[in-house]
Amino acid sequence: MVRHPWLPNSPENIKKEMLQKIGVKDVEELFKDIPKEARVKDWEKLEIGVGRPLSEIEVRRYVDRLLDKNKVFKYPPPFLGGGAWPHYVPSVVRYIMMRGEFMTTYTPYQAEIAYGLMQALFEYQSLMAELLEMEVVNASMYDWASAAAEAFLMSFRINKERNKVLVPSTMNPFHKKVAETYLWPHGYKIETVKYDPETGLMDLEDLKKKLSDRKASAVYVENPSFLGFIEENARDIGEIAHDYKALFIMGVDPISLGVLEAPGRLGADIAVGEGQPLGLGLNYGGPYLGIFATKWNMKFVRQMPGRIMGLTTTKDGKQRAFAMVLQTREQHIRRERATSNICTNEALCAVAAGVYMALLGKEGFKKLGELIMYRSHYAAKKLNELPGVKAPLFKSTFFKEFTVNFDNTGKQYNYIHEKLLENGIHGGLYIKQYFPELGETALFCVTELHTKEDIDLLVDTLKEILEE
Amino acid sequence: MFRQARWDEPILFELGAPGRIGFLVPEVEEEIKRVVGEIKIPEKIKRSSPPNLPDLSEVEVLRHFVNLSQMSYGVDNGPVPLGSCTMKYNPKIAMELAFDPRITMLHPLQDERTVQGLLEIMYLLQKWLANIVGMDACTLHPAAGAHGELAGVLVIRKYHELKGQIDKKKEIIIPDSAHGTNPASSAMAGFKVVTIKSDERGNVDIDALKAAVSESTAGLMLTNPNTLGLFEENILEIAEIIHEVDGLLYYDGANLNGIMGYARPGDMGFDIAHINIHKTFSSPHGGGGPGAGPICVKDRIVDPEKGIKLSDLIPGPIVVYDEKEKKYKLKWPGKYSVGMLKAFFGNVIPLVWGFVYILAMGPQGLKEATEQAVINTNYFMKLMENVKGYDVIYGKGRFRKHETVISAKPMHDEVGVSAEDVAKGLLDAGFYAPTIYFPLIVPEALMIEFTDTETKENIEKYAARLKEISEIAYKNPEEPKTWPRNTSVGRVDAVKASHPRHVTPTWRVYRLRKEGRITALK
Repeated sequence: MVRHPWLPNSPENIKKEMLQKIGVKDVEELFKDIPKEARVKDWEKLEIGVGRPLSEIEVRRYVDRLLDKNKVFKYPPPFLGGGAWPHYVPSVVRYIMMRGEFMTTYTPYQAEIAYGLMQALFEYQSLMAELLEMEVVNASMYDWASAAAEAFLMSFRINKERNKVLVPSTMNPFHKKVAETYLWPHGYKIETVKYDPETGLMDLEDLKKKLSDRKASAVYVENPSFLGFIEENARDIGEIAHDYKALFIMGVDPISLGVLEAPGRLGADIAVGEGQPLGLGLNYGGPYLGIFATKWNMKFVRQMPGRIMGLTTTKDGKQRAFAMVLQTREQHIRRERATSNICTNEALCAVAAGVYMALLGKEGFKKLGELIMYRSHYAAKKLNELPGVKAPLFKSTFFKEFTVNFDNTGKQYNYIHEKLLENGIHGGLYIKQYFPELGETALFCVTELHTKEDIDLLVDTLKEILEE
Repeated sequence: MFRQARWDEPILFELGAPGRIGFLVPEVEEEIKRVVGEIKIPEKIKRSSPPNLPDLSEVEVLRHFVNLSQMSYGVDNGPVPLGSCTMKYNPKIAMELAFDPRITMLHPLQDERTVQGLLEIMYLLQKWLANIVGMDACTLHPAAGAHGELAGVLVIRKYHELKGQIDKKKEIIIPDSAHGTNPASSAMAGFKVVTIKSDERGNVDIDALKAAVSESTAGLMLTNPNTLGLFEENILEIAEIIHEVDGLLYYDGANLNGIMGYARPGDMGFDIAHINIHKTFSSPHGGGGPGAGPICVKDRIVDPEKGIKLSDLIPGPIVVYDEKEKKYKLKWPGKYSVGMLKAFFGNVIPLVWGFVYILAMGPQGLKEATEQAVINTNYFMKLMENVKGYDVIYGKGRFRKHETVISAKPMHDEVGVSAEDVAKGLLDAGFYAPTIYFPLIVPEALMIEFTDTETKENIEKYAARLKEISEIAYKNPEEPKTWPRNTSVGRVDAVKASHPRHVTPTWRVYRLRKEGRITALK
């Protein structure tokens, strides 16, 4: 017998009264249809928690002690990106996210009692639509990687006779791995397009060559790329893709869109991206927010995965209202013929990202983009001045991430990373396993959280390490 | 009496004034400007016109969203007895700990030595969940229940691939009472779906199953207790039938709250199970997510020569403990694994939430939670006995587990009041409505799950309201059509909402349509 604050009917007297009303003598009777062989033995002896219920006081102490074993890189924040980046979480974003009316509600199956949540999700879709300059945005996917994978699957539903997608060979390796998993059961292939070793940009001749068999359902680019540089030929790539009747899919970091062109204006048919920078925090990998958008064309919208909120009215036409729209694409109606199996998504993260976009406004996105670029370029410039260090490896303009090569320092990056850690600094991501041709290269990330002071500390510490 | 807020809250784009800012971006340091000079973005990729976002002050943004939140309703407000959703109370101690900066500020690619505390938590959670469902290994990687399903069905595909029999193993069998995600996940994993019917007791029809099973059967997906809230009495026989043709059994964990501490999928013959942390283990649903959908597997041998086990097939990364170094480490998917389903580890915040919940409950508390959920359901069923207008279609006279499905078919047939009308009548009384029109095999279905955290008093009030709705329906069948009245907005026009001429997924579409720049969606 357990009485617990989260179990209001657990006191013996209440339980007894309820069992009496049901007409059974004990609770066991309610479980008698479970065959003996399927019953669990010695449940209470299994290692589950600490083997007994704990009070809140004990729980806090237990978890707190474990969390103390983590090291938070606060000042300076980690110089790490690679698909998740340290960005500021405004207090208002976190405050709204914590509202119980949002946090503890379900998918808005009952529109009339979920009006506020639906408006907030509609506003997320609407703000994101402006940032992307695309007309239709869904209420979220799991993350960038899974959104890209679903975009590829969508392209095969539109271009039914085709069997491969073309992606840059600089594609984020985590995103690529996820896409491989999603495509594998259907026998679809991912083919990589070469990059120009000087600029990092997609090799357009190689792209045309690989499109010439007319087997590609889509061409995908990431902007900024995994290696940090800006894919300045995005519009040309889109046009080439369309010449060969392939879709053009763009993956974007939304925080760059105050300074970089919107995918809708670059000819993208589908835009995906990672909403994590929009006030969600790092969270050791999740929850994040998969952005998914397409243009105003039934051919595309009908094949789109995920939930979509729409503006409508009440039945009497008198009041504004919201409803989940175009649901015949979804699993609860279409079952095995649905466009995706997605049900639970990242709605609360979408609400939070909506709050973030509302706070920043058009001016905020531009200023923040500029600040990030100034800081990252300052860092690259300073690092590049260190003997033997080359930053960045590519000539193209970059956004917040850039490659730093240590080939001529006589030191391996692993050693440098170790030494930085000893000084309380977390350096960039070692990318040799993904891009062996780049040698002793790490991908560094600098955002609005990294001040000049932080960057100088990194540079000075590196200098000492390299001079040893 | 229940009254939800009815603020006349404009859409963000109708608020604000030019020049207002909601967030002050720090100035670029002078020294940085001097060193860097000018930032040059090539013209062809530079944003050509600023995004059409509103200019709002922080105050306006905050009030706007607080007002919207007051027009939303969650477990924190009152009962949410949505069937198959297990909307239990979301403990606040778990929220506080899950949002601790020692978690939210950790980068997923941070050096493993600097995240030992979190990895230990995840390692323990993997182990506890494996024990709860009676399996040998777990991955916390999938981000939601359906994501876990996809992971699980991909494991089935990989299993047959590695055994060299995927060419004939083309079908997944799914009962007609299953969640829509089951067939959708199977299709995403490249399988053909074979649907089998339920018998009168609400179980899988064994004859139908036997007729459906063949050498093409790759596996079976099953929820137990099923969506009718009934325990699948023939589960051991079902497992045998599927294993006989070397198919795998997949357990949809949506309804785990009905058997925890009493029976484990692993002991029933299931090979793979997913768990919804945001259902059974109390992390909140967030208005649709984020959730977390770990999957667990048995140590079934896939290839004895190469020593491949089912646990080598699961997606990841997962956490392992290195005995020699006394360190927790991430194990990234190896060559037999189905790979990755999202970038990085998993949805850590809901996972920590679940960890805290299990810690606070212990095995005794978890079992008690199941008992409470089951008592609540059957207590409710008792209160609903012989209430006019409602009926039970499947499994008459059987005890339910964590949830139940009643049908408003009599009321609908006799006076034209539908399940939807009943749902709106519940909203008016301050209850979240049941899941309606699901499972598909029950006409005018009302699927109700109180969970373990609802009070006896609320269950009684809910049943009384259902009775009252029926009385009104039979006296004045027109009245229910005018519901709801006490919510933020009246009955919504969902048909218009999806009409190609009216559909408005974003404000951008609203604006462009008004300006005559776009036509109907075609």
